[in-house]
Amino acid sequence: MKTLADLRAIKEKAKQDMASREKTAKYRIIVSMGTCGIAAGARATMSAIIDELNKRNIKDAIVTQTGCLGYCDQEPMIQISQASKQTITYGKVTPEIAREIINGHVVNDKVLTNYVFNLS
Amino acid sequence: MHRIHILIAMDAHTIAQGAHSVKDELQRELSLAALTDEVRVVETGSLGIYNKGVVLVVFPDAVYYAGVKVEDVSEIISEHLIKGRIVERLQYADIPETKEEEGKAPRFGKQVRVVLKNAGIIDPDNIEEYIAHDGYEAMGKALTEMKPEDVINTVKESGLQGRGGAFFPTGMKWEFAAREKSEEKYIICNADEGEPGTFKDRLILEGDPHAVIEGMALTGYAVGANKGFVYIRGEYKMSINRMQKAIDQAREHGLLGKNIFNSSFSFDLEIREGAGAYICGEETALIESIEGKRGEPRDKPPFPPSVGLWGKPTIVNNVETLANLPQIISKGAAWYKSNGTEKSPGTKVFTMVGNIKNPGLIEVPMGITLREIIYEVGQGIPDGKGFLLAQMGGTTGGILTSEHLDLPMTVENLREIGAGLGSGALLVVDDSQDVVDLVKNFVEFFNHESCGKCTLCREGTGRLLELLEKLTDGRGELKDVDLIEDLAKVMMKGAFCGLGQAAPVPILGCLRYFRGEFEKYVKKPQVAQAAVA
Repeated sequence: MKTLADLRAIKEKAKQDMASREKTAKYRIIVSMGTCGIAAGARATMSAIIDELNKRNIKDAIVTQTGCLGYCDQEPMIQISQASKQTITYGKVTPEIAREIINGHVVNDKVLTNYVFNLS
Repeated sequence: MHRIHILIAMDAHTIAQGAHSVKDELQRELSLAALTDEVRVVETGSLGIYNKGVVLVVFPDAVYYAGVKVEDVSEIISEHLIKGRIVERLQYADIPETKEEEGKAPRFGKQVRVVLKNAGIIDPDNIEEYIAHDGYEAMGKALTEMKPEDVINTVKESGLQGRGGAFFPTGMKWEFAAREKSEEKYIICNADEGEPGTFKDRLILEGDPHAVIEGMALTGYAVGANKGFVYIRGEYKMSINRMQKAIDQAREHGLLGKNIFNSSFSFDLEIREGAGAYICGEETALIESIEGKRGEPRDKPPFPPSVGLWGKPTIVNNVETLANLPQIISKGAAWYKSNGTEKSPGTKVFTMVGNIKNPGLIEVPMGITLREIIYEVGQGIPDGKGFLLAQMGGTTGGILTSEHLDLPMTVENLREIGAGLGSGALLVVDDSQDVVDLVKNFVEFFNHESCGKCTLCREGTGRLLELLEKLTDGRGELKDVDLIEDLAKVMMKGAFCGLGQAAPVPILGCLRYFRGEFEKYVKKPQVAQAAVA
């Protein structure tokens, strides 16, 4: 270790992988992984999300999963929650749409209304 | 990126309950489910949950599972990791909410985590995780921006006192060594934790070994030492292994070795293993032991900061003291003083044992009351029994009774009543226990551990044990109780080192508050005779 900059480089890299242990991540992406979700391809959707986050080097998002939301025909569904903002639910999210949502919602902070599923 | 991190507590407690097999099963099931790219299993230190079997926590959901058996693993994976459904039958919900305020230490209910901030959160075998949690920042700051005297002044200002039990001001001790002109000086980490009921140092070493390394390097820089020894109790195999791994990693990263951070400061560490003698926790006996001699205390003065290891100036600091240092240097003295009281700043790590619902490792701010520790952090005494007494600070610790429940626990308050915080063991005793039997148990321990160098301790502990046995066998007389008290007082004044001087503390404490219990043993035969008549 020769400089503080060397130390901080290691720190940033390690922090990135530990992000899921922090409760402070800006975006929380929740994939519905009930039997219905998995049957509709939620696993492929989740893999696409993780892949896209990695590719784009996005640090402030964590991916987690939940059970069936009760709208099985809309699966695979994902929800994106942010502190102090309304949680957005997307329906029929294929891997391609998932990538689009990451680019739109997480990278550019724009809700993709055409994929939004209105829970009420 | 792994979307899920499973932290599994790997400390001596959970390993004894099968943590290794559970971890192996997790790895096996994860690879069967093709989840190894998404899920990372991390070994970590104690999660602060005891007597509950194997404990793990699943992030990002922060769901704790306790009592996890090998056969439960596939259910956790198929339900929680794949379908996102918490396995409620294994969930451990009794986790106090964590609060983290800006610039303050994280709070878990009444607990405040400074020393334990990384324990159960990072993988202690991975230096990068320590670095991610601000590790080695203090060392970088000290070596690039501070002079050695600045480091000493910050520590002095923080009011940090030695956490081994004596509560000597750390900064002042350093100053003594810094003033000495010597080519060679040494830093020793005292991890010969032998006080019965105390296991805080073990869990700090197992959970966050790099904090201790960084603390030692800061000490070395402050007093001008380039070499350190970590003297770890030989039975602490896991602490030794983790520490060795941490030292190796620090060397690989150039955080130990020559010209750290391009400065003129070089520092390296070696581990020395103790061989199971209680007395070697006493700093001069420990030094003798490192020198390869029989572990017996030296005459003092001179004290180790002037004449220590191989006759050179030496700083001996406790594990917990050292683990406090990195944060004091990086966040400053004022931050450290924001916890605790004016004269007793900071936090203290305790191990709570005995008749308590929720035993284990806790960290609380100084000045907390015994009632808060026992009834809030420890959740009270089990089986509806009452509180009889608490012994604070290991076997040599003072006795506290119900009249002390609301006394703020500070160094000065406890000193006033003839007790001390000591090594951090808190033994809670309920009202169904026999005080005399308890005292006999303490004395048996001292009698076994007395090194035999001075007569008062060698003979005194033996005679005390005889007198106590006489009492419990029903052969005692009232004057024996007085004799026990006299002998204890003489030992306290005349014994050569801390062992013999402190051994009488709990005996005198019990006599002071429970003399009637001792006298009852004398009267018992008469009671029995009266019944026959």
